[in-house]
Amino acid sequence: MSNIHQKTWNILLIVVLGGLILGLPLFLGKYYLHFFIMIFFFAFLGSAWNILGGYAGQFSFGHAAFFGTGVFTSTLLQIHAGVNPWIGMLLAGIAGMGLGLFIGFLSFRYGLRGPYFALAMLALAEMLKLIAIEWMTSRYPLGITIPLRGDSLLYFQFRDKVPYYYISFLMMAGALFLTRFIEVRKIGSYFKAIRENESAAEALGINVFRYKLIAMAISAFLTAVGGTFYSQYYLNIEEESAFGAGISIEILMGPIIGGAGTVFGPLLGAGILEFLSETTRNFLGGYSGVHLMIYGAVLVFVIIFLPHGIMGGLQETFRKITKGQTKT
Amino acid sequence: MIILEVKEITKRFGGLVALKDLSFKLRQGEILGIIGPNGAGKTTLFNVITSFHRPETGKIFFKGEDITELRPYQICRKGLARTFQITQPFANLTVLENVKIGAYNHIPSSREATDEALRILEAVGLIEKRNERATSLSIGHRKKLELAKAMATRPEVILLDEVVAGLNSREANDMIAYIHHIQKQGITILLIEHVMKAIMSLSNRIVVIHYGQKISEGKPEEVSKDPKVIEAYLGEEYILAKHQRS
Repeated sequence: MSNIHQKTWNILLIVVLGGLILGLPLFLGKYYLHFFIMIFFFAFLGSAWNILGGYAGQFSFGHAAFFGTGVFTSTLLQIHAGVNPWIGMLLAGIAGMGLGLFIGFLSFRYGLRGPYFALAMLALAEMLKLIAIEWMTSRYPLGITIPLRGDSLLYFQFRDKVPYYYISFLMMAGALFLTRFIEVRKIGSYFKAIRENESAAEALGINVFRYKLIAMAISAFLTAVGGTFYSQYYLNIEEESAFGAGISIEILMGPIIGGAGTVFGPLLGAGILEFLSETTRNFLGGYSGVHLMIYGAVLVFVIIFLPHGIMGGLQETFRKITKGQTKT
Repeated sequence: MIILEVKEITKRFGGLVALKDLSFKLRQGEILGIIGPNGAGKTTLFNVITSFHRPETGKIFFKGEDITELRPYQICRKGLARTFQITQPFANLTVLENVKIGAYNHIPSSREATDEALRILEAVGLIEKRNERATSLSIGHRKKLELAKAMATRPEVILLDEVVAGLNSREANDMIAYIHHIQKQGITILLIEHVMKAIMSLSNRIVVIHYGQKISEGKPEEVSKDPKVIEAYLGEEYILAKHQRS
């Protein structure tokens, strides 16, 4: 009964929110469109990270490795082989997944856990960045610019921000649905079991190594796909914004603050962070770096007071309230 | 029929010999108790059978098949489940989710896994706790959860590591009744237990190990009279004193 009830509410919520979001660009200027694109984009990347880091509990500190792989794969294919960027996006995902399976195989085969895995991922991203810098300085000292073709859905290029708004929204919605799809199924339960206790998971018949690789493959694929979106949005790429540690941190900040291992955590986190970053930039723009200090303060606050993120905190409160009701 | 055979197992940790040339057989449908003083190697034995530790020599056969080289998850998939002495719940998940994860071992669908988990929670007496997080459980409930998770994998043989120890007497009686119930379902049980009353009343046969070696085997009443067993538990002086008195 209550299940059906909840379902109708969920559908209603989705319809209302969806209508609102789809209609928004009619009223928004360029600045706010960019603001929302960034929220959707980082919610998408955060969801990708969340599958590996939040659900399967393998905390990656170097998702820029996959992101940058996506950025470079589709761009280089487009420039050197004339590959359409949409196909490039798929190939970028596959390349990211291949890299993910490679580093995952090495890390998980040799039992790297917790901080050791996080550092291995960071090292991978830094390594790729150095390779990219070395390769780029002689060939593309000013970064790579994707040739402009005007407004073209076929070539994934638009002068206006509205199409990017819808594309980023669809990508995010897809990632959120995928997360929910995984969460309520065997695969999601297995990811969570691995996160909570690897030995116990193994004792219950879970091939821990295999499921970690699956989580890695999904996460790396999506992150690299996000890389292609980034290339096509800015139409200019360079090493630091593709493989830099800053990207790795931005990807994981959203889910950590919003709530890792929850469906909407990455979206909530991305919203809060973009809001903070924009307001601090507007009001304290004169002092460079202030928004980073505020970022840091928020992160410290969340980790101390809401170790499971904002969504985790809300769920806990909700659990307590409903428990109190059933008892009385 | 022999369902599980432990054959000449030796397991060392550095210089310490935890298990030495240990052999015994588990017959289908029985409850076999493993007893021995602290540090005798009981939990190590479970870890070797379920492949969490690799033995230096010896083999484990399950239904005639050599399972010594398999990974722990493969052993569970074959139908040999275990509990941990130090309970290993998925702490941040609900009791129901914990048991569901076990049920996924043989049921792919979420809804059917839920049904199966609820059935087991009902049988083990944890149904009221189904929506609570595993961390919030008392030790008695944690032991029940540990057992429920293993049972949800639908095993043919279950290895129970101290599921009665630490329970109050009412909980202990419930647990003993549930273990009998498991046996009635046709599941073979290998049992480690510190609570003597529990193991003596539950076990059809008992194997006694001391410093990793088997020192006695037989029916509970035979084993409890074996001088070697009494010596292992109470020390040589006790036996000498007893002889002098008689």
